[in-house]
Amino acid sequence: MKSSTFINLKEKGMRFVFLFCAIFSILALATITVFLFISGTPFIAKTGFFEFVFVMKWAPLADEIAYGIFPMIVTTLYVTALSVIIGVGIGLLTAIALYKFCPKKLVNPIRQMINLLAGIPSVIFGLFGMTVIVPFVRDYISPNGVGYGIFSASLVLGIMILPTIVSVSLDSLNSVPSSYYEGALALGATKEQATFKILVPSAKSGILAGVVLAIGRAIGETMAVIMVIGGSPEMPNSLFQSVRTLTANIAMGAMELRGDALSALIATGVVLFVFTLLLNISFSLLKREKNDKIKKKESKK
Amino acid sequence: MRKLYSALKIICLVALGITLICLVAVIAYVLIKGTGKLSFDLLFGDYKSSPSILPAFVGMLELVAIASLIAVPIGVASAIFLVEYTNNKGKLVRIIQVATETLAGIPSIVYGLFGYLIFVVAFGWGYSIIGGGITLAIMILPTIVRSTQESLLSVQGGLREGSYALGASKVRTIFKIVLPSASGGIVTAIILAIGRVVSESAVLILTIGMVVNKVPQNLLSPGTSLALDIYYFASNGYRDEAAATSVVLLVFVIFLNLLASGIGKLIKKSTGEEK
Repeated sequence: MKSSTFINLKEKGMRFVFLFCAIFSILALATITVFLFISGTPFIAKTGFFEFVFVMKWAPLADEIAYGIFPMIVTTLYVTALSVIIGVGIGLLTAIALYKFCPKKLVNPIRQMINLLAGIPSVIFGLFGMTVIVPFVRDYISPNGVGYGIFSASLVLGIMILPTIVSVSLDSLNSVPSSYYEGALALGATKEQATFKILVPSAKSGILAGVVLAIGRAIGETMAVIMVIGGSPEMPNSLFQSVRTLTANIAMGAMELRGDALSALIATGVVLFVFTLLLNISFSLLKREKNDKIKKKESKK
Repeated sequence: MRKLYSALKIICLVALGITLICLVAVIAYVLIKGTGKLSFDLLFGDYKSSPSILPAFVGMLELVAIASLIAVPIGVASAIFLVEYTNNKGKLVRIIQVATETLAGIPSIVYGLFGYLIFVVAFGWGYSIIGGGITLAIMILPTIVRSTQESLLSVQGGLREGSYALGASKVRTIFKIVLPSASGGIVTAIILAIGRVVSESAVLILTIGMVVNKVPQNLLSPGTSLALDIYYFASNGYRDEAAATSVVLLVFVIFLNLLASGIGKLIKKSTGEEK
């Protein structure tokens, strides 16, 4: 009798321990959210939401202090859009090539190599951008002789998100039933037509999820960006001009700012946090849609 | 029309070429530029006359130790709860799942900001290795939970039932049967998570202070890590040192990746999944 109550106690105890650990993620998320909002929103409220988000000037150390993050928001959007266009454009085509047009023997080694490259630290991409891409852009592409800026940052980020996009797209292409392809061939389509008209559209939702993932990485990336974007908090008028993104604003200011300026940085973090939350929600909606589709297909069978 | 699609095929192959060239160029550039600059002083010097990455080395190992000591037990236990106790269904599970997914999507600089607010300011520790380590632990937690969940789910139900039939309790079954069978996947997940700790720098810039020239005395002192050193060197004009440090970091990361996939393969072989 005694030993069985002991075992019971142990079972219950361990269950509690496991439960507590599982709840830890919720606690962590709640703490992060609360801390950021408590330290960030009073500042936004004090400055005024529209002042903070839409004023064109960021000058925390000047005589005439201004905390407007609009230039950073615009830059972030520019960099994200451009890098995702570069990354998704090349990455998706690469995935299609690996899926259908590449000799079968090469597919696995190339895939493994790309996976390995996905693990390269972003700071190394930043170093590459700073020492290779920025000088190259300055000497050969830029019309005004400035290498830093949105163009270089987008190139570096585009290269950086390539591995993610290739492997997510390849996975979703692989999950399209082969009967689709064979059916198209039987109806007289060429290999290429079947691939582009049937396979790629069928893998759409998976590819889209990969795109959202890539957007998330591009918005949130800090190190690779601050090494190539220049860092002046100015409104971007050209792709070749020193500017900064939201992430760069946080990283560059945090070491030296105190007081109100620091609260402004935290508020920048809040804005970034809200951005990524919205992205996450759309990502999970996409995933749910995909799962629903799969369930429908299965129930039809 | 046919011509258009054949052209598309060629474009795809060109894209494949561009991808490979870009990615290989990054690695090749670092290796070519950096390998020649590796020197004894850089690797093990005392940072008096010339830059050295010894402090970064120590800092990195401490960060890896702290982050994995916190994140691995919590992450594995949390996955056990989700898979073994709830069958992956129910409202609480759904909330936990959403929380982990959201944590996984937060940009690392926001983690850095959080670590700064809580450890540097609220706790009053100042810039410290331990603050950075705990922040990194929270950051890698979602990865560990998710991959552990997957490897627990891949353990066949028959093993559990057999264990119950022999009279083992639930906890005993988990520790003696389920965890050992899933250990390959879990170890792989941990190694990959360590890879993230090693390559992270945005979190650390706000939490451990980037003190590059001193070996940290204890866990509460500020420090640096290899990735952070690369940023410091690159932005302060020591480009050769930055490239050489990148070689060291790259070797580390590639080694960790190969180790992870090697262990994965070994386990698959021993369980007979792959022929």
